[in-house]
Amino acid sequence: MVLDVVWTIKWLTLCAQAMAEHRVELIELDRAIGDSDHGENMDRGFQAVLDKLSDSPPETPGAALKLTATTLMSKVGGAAGPLYGTAFLRAATSLGDAPEIAPADWANALAAARDGIVARGKAEPGDKTMVDAWTPAAEAATKAAADGGQDALTVLVAAAEAAEAGAVATDPLVARKGRASYLGERSAGHRDPGAASSALILRAAVKAAA
Amino acid sequence: MTVSIVVVSHSEKIADGAVELAAQMAPDVALLAAGGTTDGRIGTSLEKVLAALDKAAGGDGVVIVTDLGSAVMTAESALEFVEDASEMVLADAPLVEGLVAAAVAAQGGGDVQAVKRAAEAVGGPARQAGTTALQAVGEGPVTGSGPDYTGDFELVNQAGMHARPAAKIAGGLSSLDAEVQVNGVDGASMTALMTLAAGKGSVLHVEAWGADAERAVNYIGGLVQAGFGEP
Repeated sequence: MVLDVVWTIKWLTLCAQAMAEHRVELIELDRAIGDSDHGENMDRGFQAVLDKLSDSPPETPGAALKLTATTLMSKVGGAAGPLYGTAFLRAATSLGDAPEIAPADWANALAAARDGIVARGKAEPGDKTMVDAWTPAAEAATKAAADGGQDALTVLVAAAEAAEAGAVATDPLVARKGRASYLGERSAGHRDPGAASSALILRAAVKAAA
Repeated sequence: MTVSIVVVSHSEKIADGAVELAAQMAPDVALLAAGGTTDGRIGTSLEKVLAALDKAAGGDGVVIVTDLGSAVMTAESALEFVEDASEMVLADAPLVEGLVAAAVAAQGGGDVQAVKRAAEAVGGPARQAGTTALQAVGEGPVTGSGPDYTGDFELVNQAGMHARPAAKIAGGLSSLDAEVQVNGVDGASMTALMTLAAGKGSVLHVEAWGADAERAVNYIGGLVQAGFGEP
């Protein structure tokens, strides 16, 4: 499997599909500990990404991710806009204008995305935020790529599974960042919506390669 | 040319209204509103912020004031996209009070850092512990040494201390290298000065620390004695 611009566009399309499918679920998660707009915002943001991709088709994976970044930042509206926007922007910068993404490049892009989210949101692992999905994902991808994973799918799967486990692991945590932190102890027992949507995005990357 | 100011708010009305308010006190300063999303919802938009920064660029620099959480993140993200963000800074200040203080400082010819300081000296609820604003406010008295220069001035204008005089004092001090206390509150903070509720006939006790201590005290004395140009 070659991770080229065709794969990238398929990934982003599947992201939009996942946000539409899980819109209500994300709204419910956000209703419990936030302001219940996450599903709505992510769905709108990725639909706008699809429009942009068909209006001006990008020529490299990096260009596609940069287009995604600016669109999400402009269209999402809530805190998720600048956070995901920064994640996609830093990933795009890390990929440069290379026509294909090697397994190690994917690991580096995920690490850059994670660093961007941390820089923008000032959250740390364990704060019950999307950082709790991206950090294990980046680490798992780095490990899989270093273990000689020349197969892109292996690295994509490692990242997606780690993000999903990371999202599940936010359930018992008490939020220390974002609007959920206003709830204090009452935020425990609910999954963080940002970690959940992050896992959907990284799972879509696997589906695009399957 | 002065420093320009960009206002990033979740609400288009708040951004426009804040600009309208500040423009009264700073007629020569370019004040640009970037409020709400492009489709008129509550939220912040990178597109709008970038458009405002684009208009504001090319002058003597840009100071950005924001409201809640994601407005800060959108503004920071926008700075990642700008070609030359070296003269663009974010002020960590309450939106309305910070904007007015910043606009007055810009009108008075302050540079980017002075305008940012003026906004942050407003002393609203600090978003992050240990901000420079809080440290600056504490610096004088904390050293335990007496002020370098002092003065007492009786308010002669009818209205006493109110928004415009407070803005003039705070705005002028922003470009001086001095920590100033007026009746025990931070002289660089427009809102703190207004809380003094000092009427005509009240005496302002001014204490200043730093290289420009004497200039700062004389500056305030001059304004007070001239009745701030008011009856």
